[in-house]
Amino acid sequence: MRYIPNSPEERAEMLTSIGLSNAGELFRSIPSDVQLNRKLKVTDPLAEPEVIAAMEEMAAKNTGATKPSFLGAGVYSHYSPTIVDHLIQRSEFFTSYTPYQPEISQGTLQYIFEFQTLICQLTGMEVANASMYDGSTAMAEAYLMAQRVTRRNKIIVADSVHPEYREVARTYTQHGDAEIVSVGFDEKTGRVAELNGLDDKTAAVVVQSPNFFGCIEDLTSIAEQAHPAGALLIVVVTEAISLGLLKSPGSCGADIVVGEGQSFGIPMSFGGPHVGLFATQDKFVRQMPGRLCGVAYDKNGNRGFTLTLSTREQHIRREKATSNICTNQGLIALAATIYMEAMGKKGLQEVAMQNAQKADYAANQIAAINGFEIAFSAPKFNEFVVRGPKPADEILSKLRTENGIIGGLALSKYYADRPNEFLVCVTETSTKKQIDALVNALA
Amino acid sequence: MSNIPENLRYSKDHEWVLVDGENAAIGITDYAQSSLGDVVYIDMPRVGDKFAAHEAFGSVESVKAVSEVFIPIGGEITAVNDGLNDTPEKVNSDPYGDAWFIKIKMDNVLEADGMLSAEEYDEYLNANG
Repeated sequence: MRYIPNSPEERAEMLTSIGLSNAGELFRSIPSDVQLNRKLKVTDPLAEPEVIAAMEEMAAKNTGATKPSFLGAGVYSHYSPTIVDHLIQRSEFFTSYTPYQPEISQGTLQYIFEFQTLICQLTGMEVANASMYDGSTAMAEAYLMAQRVTRRNKIIVADSVHPEYREVARTYTQHGDAEIVSVGFDEKTGRVAELNGLDDKTAAVVVQSPNFFGCIEDLTSIAEQAHPAGALLIVVVTEAISLGLLKSPGSCGADIVVGEGQSFGIPMSFGGPHVGLFATQDKFVRQMPGRLCGVAYDKNGNRGFTLTLSTREQHIRREKATSNICTNQGLIALAATIYMEAMGKKGLQEVAMQNAQKADYAANQIAAINGFEIAFSAPKFNEFVVRGPKPADEILSKLRTENGIIGGLALSKYYADRPNEFLVCVTETSTKKQIDALVNALA
Repeated sequence: MSNIPENLRYSKDHEWVLVDGENAAIGITDYAQSSLGDVVYIDMPRVGDKFAAHEAFGSVESVKAVSEVFIPIGGEITAVNDGLNDTPEKVNSDPYGDAWFIKIKMDNVLEADGMLSAEEYDEYLNANG
């Protein structure tokens, strides 16, 4: 969609034709006591070089992600091949918007269909939507979907699910009928504990795998408990690269898989924009939120793509809509699709393997340091919790100021009763040199 | 010319009712299926659900539209034609037979008497169709 500005002459002509003399008169129906009646508090117009200088000064205040960093916890440092940026910046992709008119949006619809297909393949599910805003809102939408499907209101969610995701889901559901019940985790293994409260009022059991502490959950066992009670299993995946190595949530019995696609070639960008993943089984498709692209055939038998099952959406049937979302993260989903296709099956497996191997190396080295131990015994992917001899905040602060290393995330930020623990994430972007430097600094 | 069997009763929302003692079977008429076009999915209620007369109990989705279906008389759902979603085209080919949607136990059998007869429904279609 192009922006076509109007000249002062054109504006004057338009005003004259509707009998007005200035643009201010267009707002005369707004009571004068609520009108601003002053100029906006912005600078006077600047010349182009002055604008650039002002922007560069502001941008210089950013600290780029250049220091060696072992931060994870929902946003991950992964390498994005240059082809991703190169392709998404093509103007056909960069500026195109909503594909509501399939006759002129086949390119957009095709990549959305490819994205959905890839997500199904990786999660082991039968249908995926065109993406949500991010992993946290995708999870909140899954709660609501489970309520609709089961006609029950209780949601059991593990404390080892990302705390910010749980916070977002609380916000989403606070004025509805959902009753959110939390279950804890085993102190030794780090995995979900007893599913207390699982009964015939439970709509869903929600777990994350690998969970916030990096522990891989036994999803099959959780499914085997949830299903006989008539509850759905919602699996949350914050680290999408793990899908390149671990058994798919679908094959373990997940009914809904939600997660974050940022790991697929999307920059960390201080938290966003990222991309939410949402996949489910065919039998639930009519209760799924979000945009859905499907294959269709024209009257000559040629294949095409179109948005489908639109009666789930609020612009078609407001009161029966499955959500108020009426968009998707188009450009980000495209970037993720290019990443997945550029890496391919083998590439994704290799990246995932590197993550797991480097994390294992780092964990073993850290565990060998006097006074340090790995807090949980469950198998991990690329994150693990380290328990040290003193408050994690102190240790991490020293690492940052004296060694120039961002060592991880202090758990006390979310779990006040765990002051000496911090979450370490190791990805394919961490070098052996950086890991060894971290280990030496901790020792 | 739509098909309007004599032994059924009809609503202005184009549902038919087959009364059997205090039970009734309910579906949509030939006129309705013809207006909708090829049916692809029926959103059904569950056995045990209760509805008052004229409440929406589900919806019918065709290639071009989704329409709610209204229960002409109040009652409790005793059976749902689950298999219909495996062959939704039956709604188009056999709307009064195989393609019944629900069976109910009526709250008040007299409500069925208040519905249109085949002749009255035919007149209604001619006046409004």
